[in-house]
Amino acid sequence: MKVLLRNPSREIEVPGPLRVHALLERLDINREAVLVISDGTLVTGDAVLPPEVTVEIRPVISGGAL
Amino acid sequence: MKCRACSRPAVIDIRRHNTAFCQDCFVRHCRDQVERTVHAYDMFGPDDRVLVAVSGGKDSLALWDILLDLGVRADGLYLGLGIGEYSDASGRYARDFASRRGAKLVEVDIPTTFGFDIPTGAPAARRTPCSACGLSKRHLFNQAALDGGYDVVATGHNLDDEAAVLFGNVLRWDLAYLGRQLPVLPADDGFARKVKPLVRLSERETAAYCVLKGIEYIVEECPMAEGNRHLGYKGALNDVEVRSPGSKAAFYFGFLERVAPLVETHATEQRADLHPCPECGSPTVSEVCAFCRLAEKARRNASRGGHPPETDSSTEHR
Repeated sequence: MKVLLRNPSREIEVPGPLRVHALLERLDINREAVLVISDGTLVTGDAVLPPEVTVEIRPVISGGAL
Repeated sequence: MKCRACSRPAVIDIRRHNTAFCQDCFVRHCRDQVERTVHAYDMFGPDDRVLVAVSGGKDSLALWDILLDLGVRADGLYLGLGIGEYSDASGRYARDFASRRGAKLVEVDIPTTFGFDIPTGAPAARRTPCSACGLSKRHLFNQAALDGGYDVVATGHNLDDEAAVLFGNVLRWDLAYLGRQLPVLPADDGFARKVKPLVRLSERETAAYCVLKGIEYIVEECPMAEGNRHLGYKGALNDVEVRSPGSKAAFYFGFLERVAPLVETHATEQRADLHPCPECGSPTVSEVCAFCRLAEKARRNASRGGHPPETDSSTEHR
């Protein structure tokens, strides 16, 4: 599957199928800090990502000035 | 995974609630959490005019959207900070949202109105960019609310923001800041009422809300915020949260319930020294308020070609 990452923006290939939690663990990403969007649809941690999808891992942490 | 409310396929799981929601039930959940917060802390009433501090990011746009859906009389205020393409893009998201919702957006551009921008003004006043930005926002949101006759300023501070600020204040045992780290700060001489209706929602929830409602927001982090202390606190708290879901909420709401009443007096003691700034009239404990000092140093520095200024390490945070 194609995985889009941010900060900095980049694209990597990860073999599927894979559960969302497993993908995040493999990439060492804290699940509390991101949303996972598969082909434009928000998915839960137990969802299985098939090999042909495009997955965006979108960071949700923000904040400088408060 | 199925939606807890209706058993349809879920789109988001929320581990601290040990639950999951489909799109419709999640949107309702967010709205309910905000409504509950507004009522629980008596933030504002049905006739009040609310000024939402809008940055173009997920939190402020989610907040504005929810308030409008709840029928609140909510206008937005966007501050142009002069942070290059980041500010240009943020402003576009704020304007697009306002246009789509038919809502009123007030804009104040710091470079054109006050003659400086955050990237050059911050070092001129020997502040970090986030410190200069936060100071400017607090001052100008307050001023705009008073000038515009709004009853209350609403900000998009979420559970993660509040837990991270609390973490930092506890690390330093800063009792004056702890004493005013509340979801509501009442109006006072020269201060508009300030409220934080998103404190029951995590930033993962506010981001999901925007995605599911089709609200476009600036996803990129502010280039000036990279590596700042606040983001470090959030990372540390998320490391705890992933092992022990609910820790951030327990930390923050435990503070509000059990500790905030004990430290409240430390905030009010400092307020006794407030007087109007001779430049702008805003309340300050200094001779001239921190924003006017920042603006003056930034303009002076720009006029002499950017040479290093004298130090100013003082802060005013409300």
